[in-house]
Amino acid sequence: MPPSGFAGQLLSFAEELRQEGLAVGTSEILDAVEVLDHISWPDQRDFKEALAATLAKSPEDRRVFELVFERFFFRATEAEAARRQITEDVSGSDSAGEINIDTLRAQIAAALADGSEAAMRDLARLAIAAFGQGQGSGVLGVDVQRIRRALGLRAEPQPEFPEDDPRRHGTPREQLRRFEQHLRRELERAMIERTASLPPKRPLGDLDRALPSGPIQDLAAVHRVVAQLKRRLATEGHEARGRRRHAHVDVRRTMRASLETGGVPITLKYRAQRPRRPEIFVLCDVSTSVTSASTFFLSVLHALHDAFRKLRSFVFIERISEVTEVFERERDFRAASEAISRDAGVADISGYTDYGRVWEEFLTLIEDELHPRATVIVLGDARTNGRPPRDEVFAAITGRAGRTFWLNPEPRLYWNYGDSVIAAYEKHCVAFECWRTDQLEDFVKVLSRER
Amino acid sequence: MAIVQPASVEDLASGLKQVGYLPGESTALVSFLATKLGKPVLVEGPAGVGKTELAKALARLLGRSLVRLQCYEGLDEAKALYEWNYRKQLLRIQTESETSGWSEVQDDIFGEEFLLARPLMTAIASPEPVVLLVDEIDKTDQEFEAMLLELLSDFQISIPELGRIEARTQPVVLLTSNNTRELTEALKRRCLYLWLDYPGLEHELEIVRLHSPELDDRVARKLVEVIHRVRELDLKKPPSIAESIDWARTLVLLGASDIDKATFNQTMSVILKHRTDLDTVAARVGVMLDPAANAA
Repeated sequence: MPPSGFAGQLLSFAEELRQEGLAVGTSEILDAVEVLDHISWPDQRDFKEALAATLAKSPEDRRVFELVFERFFFRATEAEAARRQITEDVSGSDSAGEINIDTLRAQIAAALADGSEAAMRDLARLAIAAFGQGQGSGVLGVDVQRIRRALGLRAEPQPEFPEDDPRRHGTPREQLRRFEQHLRRELERAMIERTASLPPKRPLGDLDRALPSGPIQDLAAVHRVVAQLKRRLATEGHEARGRRRHAHVDVRRTMRASLETGGVPITLKYRAQRPRRPEIFVLCDVSTSVTSASTFFLSVLHALHDAFRKLRSFVFIERISEVTEVFERERDFRAASEAISRDAGVADISGYTDYGRVWEEFLTLIEDELHPRATVIVLGDARTNGRPPRDEVFAAITGRAGRTFWLNPEPRLYWNYGDSVIAAYEKHCVAFECWRTDQLEDFVKVLSRER
Repeated sequence: MAIVQPASVEDLASGLKQVGYLPGESTALVSFLATKLGKPVLVEGPAGVGKTELAKALARLLGRSLVRLQCYEGLDEAKALYEWNYRKQLLRIQTESETSGWSEVQDDIFGEEFLLARPLMTAIASPEPVVLLVDEIDKTDQEFEAMLLELLSDFQISIPELGRIEARTQPVVLLTSNNTRELTEALKRRCLYLWLDYPGLEHELEIVRLHSPELDDRVARKLVEVIHRVRELDLKKPPSIAESIDWARTLVLLGASDIDKATFNQTMSVILKHRTDLDTVAARVGVMLDPAANAA
């Protein structure tokens, strides 16, 4: 039986946080209880901040905390409401027919432009009353999008609207996302009320941490992660300097130090550990199935340019093309991907990836420069569209290079299904799945680690 | 006007404001909890958002002195905790070697008299409560972090030759980190956590006004807007609050009545510290300030 009362609620909240991967220990929970002694509870902001200060101890944890907090207390409230059979006054829906739809549209657009949170919530309810009644599809996401379209809200500029309409210049994406959240929440609330039961709990998907696979996704969050990654890498070597395991004695400095003690080497001096700065060749598949992931990945690598001695990047679909310069010029992800699609000239005839041909071209192009201290990174889904994989040419490349990594932007579950031939290549290299920011971070760590 | 023990979050927030620090919502709350519970606070965030300043402001507010330990690579116990004053010990041994026996001298030279207190020890042994700031903890190695654990959870220090030294008063402890490396779980577990980020537009505007009230309101708003726009770009070193304040002061000195393209280009170097950043910003933001471009 689950524990009851307030302590029980707090425990199950902590349990949910643990399920999402936060390290919440007993001491943290004790702290949380102690902290709640000192603040005023009716203020939701204080309550949340106090819990966050004791339970979520890194920016990433904090993000997960926010999501779980929302979900947990929303569900707790609704469950209690359903149990006590409290429903909302339904008189509002009778007047739904009287809502002037055009005024409503304009009002919502104006509220979005102001960014007023309370107004947005109220208007979301009105919008549901106006457009959502009777024809709900039962799938929340579909309903949300249908209502958004009915309201004429879009991120792109829409010149057909009159001059003073805020929709004319497009609605800011961030506002749009917030409004959609309100819509989703209100729809969910209405559904719980109708069925008097809670829908099954939706775990925070890996999607919340996924790399951008489409241009619409919120890049800002990912860029924050990358900025952090940069700082970590910049200091990575320094961290290793303190460790004395497997240290090499620096004979010259030891002898120099021994002069202080009359020539007896009493204190040993060790050689400093230096971070590995590998020479890197990156090959990126930019066919439509993986474009965003790979351009994003390339721009990350180039952002990390300082960490590597030499970095050359190539993109390919049917043919291969060097794009090192594009990234040196363009540090912005969007601009770089535009430049690549404009002048890389990699799609030859069919526009489908031809791995065999790419390996051969790469080998002729770069054969003399590959050496045992070079690292080759391939980013692609290894989907050959039925063409021969030519893994013997790939083996020749990996044979010459010191290390070869394969990053696959597909989850491991889909590997070797359909036309994916990653198994043939995996024999010759180390393959990673790389579709979440933490996987990317893990990979970069491996890359810069001392061999 | 020092408040020895703030009674509520609002109390502390207004107090901080009076000593020249505008706290965000969570900052005031977590600081309040720190004074109440006596737990250390781990403050993380980008450089220049006022992490160190918070500690100073708290010290002013609570009327305590600030003991600061600046961390760096290779910082060890001898520089952070305590050290035996071996010169003094040697002298003692030399002056007494004739008259007294070994055991007497040995007992003698390991007394508090021969102990050099370093910041952490000073903070603990102080008869008046202090604010202890351990700055940039992420710069040290994990061994040092481990050494801090005893201090942070029990407020005591073990010295092998002397035994345990316990805190006479409870210090308010702040640890700051730029998040360049993941701190150990053990350390985090003992702390309250506060993430300080760049403030929102209105909040930063207030901060700028607080620090340079001479600046024209309209210019101040424009300044903050420009800073926010600059932060959105992919820069090596985005401008922090400290830079906004510096810029505001520069504009006051120059007597600027508006931020136009010319003023911006002249004073841009106040907020940007990399040559490549200067180029990027000149290309992206400078253009927007051009009156001709605005009119078009």
